[in-house]
Amino acid sequence: MSGIPHDHYEPKTGAEKWLNSRLPVIGLLYDTLMIPTPKNLNWMWIWGIVLAFTLGLQIITGIVLVMHYTPHVDLAFASIEHIMRDVNGGHMIRYFHMNGASLFFIAVYAHIFRGLYYGSYKAPREVTWIIGMLMYLIMMGTAFMGYVLPWGQMSFHGTAVITGLFGAIPFIGESIQTWLLGASAVGQPALNRFFSLHYLLPFVLAGLTMVHIWAFHSTGNNNPTGVEVRRGSKEEAEKDTLPFWPYFVIKDLFALAVILAAFVAVVGFMPNYLGHPDNYIPANPLATPAHIVPEWYFLPFYAILRAFTADVWAVQFVQFITFGIVDAKFFGVLAMFGAIAVMALAPWLDTSKVRSGRYRPMFKVWFALLCVDFMVLMWVGAQSTEFPFDWISLIASTYWFAYFLVILPLLGVIEKPLAQPATIEEDFNAHYGTPAE
Amino acid sequence: MFRKLTLSAAIAFGLSSGAVMAAGGEAHVEDFAFSFEGPFGSYDQMQLQRGLQVYTEVCSACHGLEHVRFGTLADEGGPHYDLDDVWDYSANFEVWDPELADGDGDYRAATPADKFPSSSLNTAPDLSLMAKARAGFHGPYGLGINQIIKGMGGPEYIASLLTGYEDAPSCAPEDFDGYYNTVFTAGGYPNECIDEDGNHMYPGSWISMAPPLWGEDVEYADGHSNDLHHEAADVAAFLMWTAEPKMNARKNAGLTGFIFLTVLSVLLYMTNKRLWAPHKKKAKEAAKK
Amino acid sequence: MHPVSNTEEHQGTRRDFIYYATAGAGAVVTGAAVWPLVNQMNPSADVKAQASKRVDVSTVAPGTQLTVLWQGKPVFIRARTEAEIAEARAVELSALPDQLADNANLPADADASDENRALTEDGVWLVQMGVCTHLGCVPLGEAGDFGGWYCPCHGSHYDTAGRIRKGPAPRNLDIPVAAFIDDTTIQLG
Repeated sequence: MSGIPHDHYEPKTGAEKWLNSRLPVIGLLYDTLMIPTPKNLNWMWIWGIVLAFTLGLQIITGIVLVMHYTPHVDLAFASIEHIMRDVNGGHMIRYFHMNGASLFFIAVYAHIFRGLYYGSYKAPREVTWIIGMLMYLIMMGTAFMGYVLPWGQMSFHGTAVITGLFGAIPFIGESIQTWLLGASAVGQPALNRFFSLHYLLPFVLAGLTMVHIWAFHSTGNNNPTGVEVRRGSKEEAEKDTLPFWPYFVIKDLFALAVILAAFVAVVGFMPNYLGHPDNYIPANPLATPAHIVPEWYFLPFYAILRAFTADVWAVQFVQFITFGIVDAKFFGVLAMFGAIAVMALAPWLDTSKVRSGRYRPMFKVWFALLCVDFMVLMWVGAQSTEFPFDWISLIASTYWFAYFLVILPLLGVIEKPLAQPATIEEDFNAHYGTPAE
Repeated sequence: MFRKLTLSAAIAFGLSSGAVMAAGGEAHVEDFAFSFEGPFGSYDQMQLQRGLQVYTEVCSACHGLEHVRFGTLADEGGPHYDLDDVWDYSANFEVWDPELADGDGDYRAATPADKFPSSSLNTAPDLSLMAKARAGFHGPYGLGINQIIKGMGGPEYIASLLTGYEDAPSCAPEDFDGYYNTVFTAGGYPNECIDEDGNHMYPGSWISMAPPLWGEDVEYADGHSNDLHHEAADVAAFLMWTAEPKMNARKNAGLTGFIFLTVLSVLLYMTNKRLWAPHKKKAKEAAKK
Repeated sequence: MHPVSNTEEHQGTRRDFIYYATAGAGAVVTGAAVWPLVNQMNPSADVKAQASKRVDVSTVAPGTQLTVLWQGKPVFIRARTEAEIAEARAVELSALPDQLADNANLPADADASDENRALTEDGVWLVQMGVCTHLGCVPLGEAGDFGGWYCPCHGSHYDTAGRIRKGPAPRNLDIPVAAFIDDTTIQLG
């Protein structure tokens, strides 16, 4: 499977040969588990395991919750309370699932920004990156639909707002919104179908996870230097790599255990901290909560959605040249999805010959700004739209697009990169050869 | 015994008449010291029993607890009554049983297997989850620092609201609907009390609930002080329990899980260190050459 | 491919200990995480709360029966007449297909005498599950060849003490845990 030369599984006993000639499943597992992995991977390469674990956690706790949950507008809220009060250990299972969503997004953002810094999206790993972006979109959809299920005030009015985004699409928007909701407003049809999809999509994610892994096992992992593993011979490759098992499995498990310790502390001591109190009020179509704020992991993109108001000249210009078809509302929706689209296009927007940000002095500065920008967007997404927050969100949103559309293409031309190590082995030796680093 | 939030001290003691606050619209919520705060805090059984008494004798006239099963009053970690007492207590409430009268349904006395009735007044919200629904009394804005640092949340809000009734400021019309409360912010507000910049001149707003507690409304069986402040704290603690009855179990599970995973982390760290040691050693030697 | 180089062999024992301790701790944590997922399928607290039910029997006159639903199953509560009691007490144990009381309030080997079936010593109150021991139908009262209950599904006849006398049912009607907690209230469970 991997382009890096390594030992393959050889069936020894008769039974192994019998199975292998019919279904080479042991060989597949062996090749996956023993895959040569760059030995200089740092601690930012643990998030993939955390994500895989969290997907499993969410699927298992989710299946368990479904045994007690009722997707009906009159019963959903009470059935969650039934889980919280009566089901054996139900309150812990539900809190794990609820906070598991946050863990999922912490890990996915760390994972994405790792890829952005070390150039993991660049050739030949574009397919891995695109599949990852697709998974990120599905994750957001799944999280959004899961938030609807408790049928609290935030569930209800959040659904109305988010499905309202589709209503902004010119001409067909309203039809799409009605089709999504199965009615002109949020109600029983929406709850039922979101429940169904919330159950289905995680399994789609699990399938895409395998494709994602397959893709980067075919190209080999990226690593902090961005220098490829030598593939001339098995001996040469072994100088740059170590097998995934046990070296990286144990390393990843250690990181996972530390992260889970913190996660369990959050679940045990402040399980509602990241949630909105209003969702403990049953859904009431007649009264909207004073502040509709999405979950924290949507805030950066929510900020971009709100940033482009009708008094921004770019919006007015676009509205003018499209004869008013793209109004401010639709512009905001396009900007929000565009913000993810430009990220997905990073492999083709980045013109630098050097893969890793470690050897790109100017890139480092702009990337650091992007990280700050992301945090600013997250913060401003929870603020009101009054001055100065409107300006902050507009500037921060603009930087997000500028980074991908202007800075990444330009940097490749004007930047003078530092010298890269010749091999991964050299980097690894240099790292452990200089004590007290 | 308790601290006050900024801005609040003057108002809390009713000295605010005529004083225009910089952030007049901001409610003041008092930081009550509840036994269940912090990672190791747990419910005070006697306080929950007193709070149930306040709920029964005062709140239950209008407000329901539709998610709370009577039987849970006997649960450990809660008010922990004797189950026989719960049978007697629940018999004071009537519930609708659709099985009675040959399927036509009829009212009967409630049993521990039944839930508290829901609110008898349409305008009175159910109280089962109030302590969690009002946990973010400062709104979702900000980072919830008070929640983390001071352990403040729904129960503080409820107790503050119950003690937050005051004489209406003189700017308000005599016949303005509701009762002036310095903590409740979601109610009506007379235009006369809004200054030219559109700011509220006084904190809080007008709530439609008449002051439910005045102090000495109930006689506590355990002889505990029944002044307004204590009654409010007791019923707030009880409502925290109704909102989060499994809190003690949750904290125990969280602590156990944290310790287990910390031990596992240490062991995995050592395993990882040993596993990589030969390769790091080789790298060190190679770099020296 | 082997994880350990030869130079480290002298530390083998300590190394192995850490490996085993880690694997053991991992297994414990995994096990502790799996148990709640199994346990959540056991009856929840609200279901368990249905385990005891109090029934007001002040309106049940001799010769009538009250049927109540308890844990999803019917329970027959009958105030028997003198004649019914006398009829039940006249039956020889040897005439019974099932000679055990099947009374959850008594030891499992108690015999099926009428005294062991009735709730009260005077024999008036008979409390039993309204579930035929054959295949779970609900028997009809004051019916059948023995003046007790008759199951219409497959023709089982029970006498006035709810004991099986004729038909395919293997056992007497089960008697649940029950007791008078005051003069007019029976607690089931």
